[in-house]
Amino acid sequence: MITALVVVSGIVMVASALAAMHLRSLVAAIVAVGLMSLFASVLYLVLAAPDVAMTEAAIGAGLSTVIFLYALRRTRDREADDD
Amino acid sequence: MIKRIIAFHLVAAAALLLWGIVDGRVPPGSLGGVGRDYVERTPGELGAANVVTGIVVTWRGLDTLGEVTVLFLAAAGVALVLRRREGAAENAAAPEAPRRDSSEILETGSAFLVPAIVMFGVYIFLNGHLTPGGGFQGGAVVASAVLLLFLVHPGYRTAHRALEAVESVSGALYVAAGLLGLLLAGGFLDNRFLPPGVFGTILSAGAIPVIYTLIGLKVGAELAGILDSLRGGGE
Repeated sequence: MITALVVVSGIVMVASALAAMHLRSLVAAIVAVGLMSLFASVLYLVLAAPDVAMTEAAIGAGLSTVIFLYALRRTRDREADDD
Repeated sequence: MIKRIIAFHLVAAAALLLWGIVDGRVPPGSLGGVGRDYVERTPGELGAANVVTGIVVTWRGLDTLGEVTVLFLAAAGVALVLRRREGAAENAAAPEAPRRDSSEILETGSAFLVPAIVMFGVYIFLNGHLTPGGGFQGGAVVASAVLLLFLVHPGYRTAHRALEAVESVSGALYVAAGLLGLLLAGGFLDNRFLPPGVFGTILSAGAIPVIYTLIGLKVGAELAGILDSLRGGGE
């Protein structure tokens, strides 16, 4: 059971990391990175590290995804200003 | 094409190396060395039920102080780069059109959720010495409540001064707690300058709850400040 969960979350992590590299849309790539963090946090929980899982879920999947999105919006604003 | 072939061979070599470590490895049945020493000494000497917290705040407390400093520098850097540019842009550019308000469902839902999330974050850092979690985790959860406020109310302004005051005061008090440990107990960031209390209750483990509360407040204020600087004002 635990092995299956570890294998499934590992596969999803690798798949979303590859998706983040190959997706053309930057927003979709950011969401893929967030998905990878979410499954990493599940993996930490399964491997009996609940405090690391909490950090990964709150910072990796939550805050840093939004920070990337804010940064993307701001850089787009600059490009629009320059044109 | 050659780049891809090289990359593939590098990945294959790394996989081969890792396989050599993983293949045939049997996890040890009992703790050995430093690990056993920590597990045996943390409950008795520090009075902390959560051994991880005992290690993070006391045995390896200097590392935690360094991590908090790194986060402080990151927040200061973001504020320095983004706020100044924004001040210049605000003077030059005309005010943008006001954004659409959030829907009724989102506003009501966030009004219910934000206090609960803040309370959960405070619970995590107050109980850091008893249950998994601690200052960093609790602070991040509090900051995610602030993030929800930003998402629901686009025009919401934080009190920058108050955030900065919380951040500086809790950082200074953290170092002061470390110095008190140096003066009154065994060394820098030693938690035993406060009475150890009853093992397993909320007021136990000496100064660990105090230090984790300070870390929680500092991390929460810093992450909220980073989000606020990145979000930009009046957009």
